[in-house]
Amino acid sequence: MHPKRKKRLILILFLVAGVGTAVGLMMYSLSQNINLFMTPTQMANGEVPVGRTVRAGGLVVAGSVERSDQGLGATFRVTDGAAEVTISYDGILPDLFREGQGIVALGQMSADGVFIASEVLAKHDENYMPPEVKDALEKAHTEGKQALESARY
Amino acid sequence: MWQWLKQLYHRLGSPKWFYEITEKWIPWLAVLSALGCVAGLVLGLAYAPADYLQGNSFRIIYIHVPAAILAQSAFMMMAVAGAVYLIWKMKMAAWVAKVVAPIGASFCLIALFTGAIWGKPTWGTWWVWDARLTSMLLLLFLYFGVIALQQAMDSEESGYKAGAILALVGLVNIPIIKYSVEWWNTLHQPATLKLTEKPSMHPDMLIPLLIMIVTTYLFFALLVILRTRNEILWHERKRQWVKEILEN
Repeated sequence: MHPKRKKRLILILFLVAGVGTAVGLMMYSLSQNINLFMTPTQMANGEVPVGRTVRAGGLVVAGSVERSDQGLGATFRVTDGAAEVTISYDGILPDLFREGQGIVALGQMSADGVFIASEVLAKHDENYMPPEVKDALEKAHTEGKQALESARY
Repeated sequence: MWQWLKQLYHRLGSPKWFYEITEKWIPWLAVLSALGCVAGLVLGLAYAPADYLQGNSFRIIYIHVPAAILAQSAFMMMAVAGAVYLIWKMKMAAWVAKVVAPIGASFCLIALFTGAIWGKPTWGTWWVWDARLTSMLLLLFLYFGVIALQQAMDSEESGYKAGAILALVGLVNIPIIKYSVEWWNTLHQPATLKLTEKPSMHPDMLIPLLIMIVTTYLFFALLVILRTRNEILWHERKRQWVKEILEN
């Protein structure tokens, strides 16, 4: 390779590597701010000051959804597998909202430890399948569980 | 193999060779991308089953994902062409980088737009400032920056150079887009199509998506070839071989 071209190639490689390192370090140090939401564990550890507006995210705990008799209000708990947080929301929940579904709520922690949400967004995962397949999977799952339990005794 | 690649590389640098060889490719690319588009959309919109959770609204994936993949591939192509121009001063590379920029920006805009349309019925919002959406918006602005720099300079060459440098700097955004959904928690879900694992999608839904992705690449190739040929004709208009073509 022509020495002049080699020099330019090396210069470009340095440019890309340098920018990559700089941006990488920046992203790493800012990662707390890049995260869209706080997890229930972080909230249980008291990392969220009372009254500060943040987003909280997690999976809706099965059987925890209580709808109020009047109006749209609902309370439910979300979990990340380690800790749970109760969220109270007065508004229209998204169509995808259901037990076991991931959600992201915008709101504030109240003094009594309930997260008061002003907006609730639903997350969906990267798995796509027809309803029949989902039913079959769930059936196989419960049957497998039963088979496991019957085998145990 | 190496010799052959080297030869191909030198040939690609020749506008005349490129113009003549792509003449035969155009009808094939046009027919294949039209057929693929019809097949992919009919299979995706009419025959693929509805999703268990999202119902029919997931079908926008057949536009959204191919457009988003292409927007990133086009950016990489633009950066590589820019580097080739900076290192070897190959004019063809500069023209390719110039014609790819607006095409890539269009795909990026389509991805952002269809994403917003998809987000409203599923997430409950058009837009959220999470890492994936924000880095994709940044990609659009990088495209705009490259296009602006290419056009802003007095001499064409310094415009190409400035655009190429911004494209190379912007390259750092590509892995950020890809891994944003893994490094940080986001509203956007992780990737369905993975390089190392099986795709997490039912085959009846997956096949139309793969058809659409391949088709979008073919369509992109067609657009790039057509626009590069225009660039060649314009820049080489004083050359004898171009005059002969234009006279016929």
